[in-house]
Amino acid sequence: MNLLVQLIYLAPILSAVGILLGLPARRTAVIAALVALVSALIVFLGYDRAHAGYQFASSLLLVPGWDLKFFVGIDGLSATLLLLTSIVDLAAVWLAPKVDYGENRYYACILLIAAGAAGAFASLDLFFFYAFHELALIPTFLMIGIWGSGNRQSAAWKITIYLSIGSIILLVGLIGLYLLPPPAQRTFDIEKLQQLASSGVFSGAGSRSVYILLLIGFGILVSLFPFHTWAPQAYASAPVPVAMLHAGVLKKFGLYGLLRVALPLMPEAARHWAPLLLILLAGNILYVGLATISQKQLDLTLGYSSVMHMGYVFLGIASYNVIGLNGAALLMLAHGLSIAALFAMCGELRKQTGTVNYVDLGGLGTSMPTLCFVFGLATFASIGLPGFANFASELLVFFGAFKHSTPGAGFNEFQVVGTIALWGLVISAVYMLRAYRAIFMGEPQPRWQSVKDMPMNLGWAVILLVAALLVVGLLPRTVLDAVEPGIRLFVK
Amino acid sequence: MTIPPVFLELFVLALGILILVLESFAEKRDRKLFAIIGIIGLVVVFLFLQGSVPRDSGMLSYTVDWPAIFFKKVAVVTTIVVLIMSIDYADTIKRFLPGGSSQSGLGEFFALPILTCAGMMWMSSAIDFILIFVSLELVTISFYVLVPFMRRNAASLEAGVKYLILSALSTGFFVYGITWIYGVTGQTNLNQLQLALPSIPLENQPGLLFGALLVLVGLGFKIAAAPFQFWVPDVYQGAPTPITAFLSVGSKSVGFIVLLRVVLAFQTLPAVADKLITAITLLAAATLLYGNLAALPQTNFKRLLAYSSIGHAGYLLIAVAAIGSLDSGLAVVVYLAAYLLMTLLSFLILVIVSAHADGDDIVHFNGLGKRSPFLAFGLLVAMMSLAGVPLTAGFLGKFLVFKVAFETRQFFLIALGILTVGCGFYFYLKVVKAMYWQPAPANASAIPVSRLSMVAMWIMVVLIFALGIFPQFATGLLPLASR
Repeated sequence: MNLLVQLIYLAPILSAVGILLGLPARRTAVIAALVALVSALIVFLGYDRAHAGYQFASSLLLVPGWDLKFFVGIDGLSATLLLLTSIVDLAAVWLAPKVDYGENRYYACILLIAAGAAGAFASLDLFFFYAFHELALIPTFLMIGIWGSGNRQSAAWKITIYLSIGSIILLVGLIGLYLLPPPAQRTFDIEKLQQLASSGVFSGAGSRSVYILLLIGFGILVSLFPFHTWAPQAYASAPVPVAMLHAGVLKKFGLYGLLRVALPLMPEAARHWAPLLLILLAGNILYVGLATISQKQLDLTLGYSSVMHMGYVFLGIASYNVIGLNGAALLMLAHGLSIAALFAMCGELRKQTGTVNYVDLGGLGTSMPTLCFVFGLATFASIGLPGFANFASELLVFFGAFKHSTPGAGFNEFQVVGTIALWGLVISAVYMLRAYRAIFMGEPQPRWQSVKDMPMNLGWAVILLVAALLVVGLLPRTVLDAVEPGIRLFVK
Repeated sequence: MTIPPVFLELFVLALGILILVLESFAEKRDRKLFAIIGIIGLVVVFLFLQGSVPRDSGMLSYTVDWPAIFFKKVAVVTTIVVLIMSIDYADTIKRFLPGGSSQSGLGEFFALPILTCAGMMWMSSAIDFILIFVSLELVTISFYVLVPFMRRNAASLEAGVKYLILSALSTGFFVYGITWIYGVTGQTNLNQLQLALPSIPLENQPGLLFGALLVLVGLGFKIAAAPFQFWVPDVYQGAPTPITAFLSVGSKSVGFIVLLRVVLAFQTLPAVADKLITAITLLAAATLLYGNLAALPQTNFKRLLAYSSIGHAGYLLIAVAAIGSLDSGLAVVVYLAAYLLMTLLSFLILVIVSAHADGDDIVHFNGLGKRSPFLAFGLLVAMMSLAGVPLTAGFLGKFLVFKVAFETRQFFLIALGILTVGCGFYFYLKVVKAMYWQPAPANASAIPVSRLSMVAMWIMVVLIFALGIFPQFATGLLPLASR
């Protein structure tokens, strides 16, 4: 089992190296992604839900003086995210279009992005947790710059500089976290840090400044308002597999970091900064939501919508109770799957019609019936219709926000922001349905006669994503049972 | 095996003189053979250094502690790589040398770096201002010859004049500072100075501070810290590329060992030391900002590396300013080890590419990813490491620098550091962009690489990753577990 955990991130890394050295690109990549998915599935199902805490752990001590080690292990939350990573990775590799320039590098970069995310989710050591995430930075830069579309160069620069500054702020925050305990107890080991937290070393003014550094650092990586401007343009210009992996998986690293490191270690600081987080996340939902409505092309709509939906996850995190955090964790999975499916189909539309502008599209429903149907499913999932995982998770997030009541204090700030966030559902219904209408409805147009319906490889990839959404939406307990014990450990 | 102190320096000196003699008497031999002899000799020295351990040298002005051994290794490795580069660069040199036999003068080009290396090794061990000064001059005077070595190239001559004048000026500051310190304390030996400092009366402290600041100015020139950096871009661009690499790595690292030793010696007198630290903090801030901001618009790769060298001096100065932390010296050492690997790797690839493309602008790297994937990969690794991407050596250095800065509450420098790391990502990735985004020029072909350079390149690539992924690997290479 321990070996399987290693395989989830090692398979993509090793195959990327192999591809760079000349193995057949597509075949190797698909096999590696399949291996990772099967391992992630076995690990997810094999995780013992009766016992909270980290399982399948293995470690290698690197620098004894700093208590720095290569420490890998999973709990319910990371198992869920590893599953998400490998599902989206397989879908992304599977549907990757034919590349006429540098095919090997193309697939190697996709695999390295996936490996970076998977490694970060599997690491239980602050150093490698951070390092793995950064592993994805350069491949993303290369992918958008070389194979992107539209204004790719400026998008590539923007995402790279923005994320590198976010990461370095995060690094300073993590160093601060490492230095908080007295010298003899300093460690990079997340498990040990969580045990230390109960002795109160992570409280007081120091922990508050460290927490805000972590919040800003992770926040930039998750596109927390007002640090979100890198995301829409980058996703719009990125090649389809990168948009899927980045919006769907890699961006969840920041949220995962808050759930894994910041909240459990510094609950007091988290409560202290909750009002600020509430204001910012309201910005994500309302401001970015309204900005989404005004978009005139599908790729930007999706890019902005993925920023907006982060607001709900932050709401679950800010409410800091079991039900809200459960919702946040589930929403990370649900959003990752749905946005990946939408970006995949957006890429197909661009390839077939040559445009994603709403004014140029319309009436595609008759020439692309299957795509129209599946796009509809993903749209409903994204809005949060019952049956899909998004519904279950958003519901939990709202319960979490409203449950946050102080007896006798009346309507508190969590409930106010919760109410605002409810309007976000209406906003997302507006922009997603408008997009759907503008693309698929209307009179069939003669110029779409040569347009073909969804090809097989895209079909399988999207079906994989949508099926996962439906399974989790109908049986959310499969995921929640794994996630909840870990959350109950630090939420009293 | 115990080697008497100073023996290794003498061996290196003899090696340099041997090559000079060979140059005069073996006129018909291929000069590249001399470089190979030098490389082999230095590899032997490195192996001896690898086996040495800190011990009492039995001398007053010469120490064999772990930083001394480490910086000697830095000097030797740098010289080896510089010689490897010089072999590839020999054809360019020949074009700019005045007549005579086809290879006349090349032997000197291989001998002088070895003499410089001896000076750097002495400087690593020197704990007396007089010995520091003498070894510094051995280094600097060799550079006076090496920088304008391409005598028919105006840029090289211009660089030589600039380096000569400014370096002589900085030496003046340095010596003047030493005299003030000697005047107040009556000591030139750093160990004695450390003991004498606590008893200095208050009215003499301004004189002491003045002397220390002058020494700081003199060293500021050597390590290319702003505002003493203005010679760097022109000299780096004009000098023969291997010599630029030598200046940027060797000269800087020995500057830092002397700076560390001086700052440490002054720690026994907090009143002066605190002001010295403040000065270093300001120097670090100015250096960080100048190096990284001025690098942004550069289009010439050599100039870019010059500004990057200034920028990295800034990060190193942060670690020096955080001298109060236990790990400060460790941060400097690890950062310099990383800096050595990634800078030498960049220069090595620059020499190969510019010899082929006949120019060292960033556009000459266009499409390198397609033309020569291995060279491009090597440069990609160097740029990632310079920018500070995790899992490379450069990240480990930055990590330690930020750690010691946090420990000593240098939040101002941390804030600047965050900003400049962001700048760094931009200008280092400009090179990556040229290699992978831009199409290759129409007439471009794959670039031939000599076997020696290829081996050197791969060794450095592997070391960069090794140091970044397994920091404990550094425990073998550097005395990481020193505390």
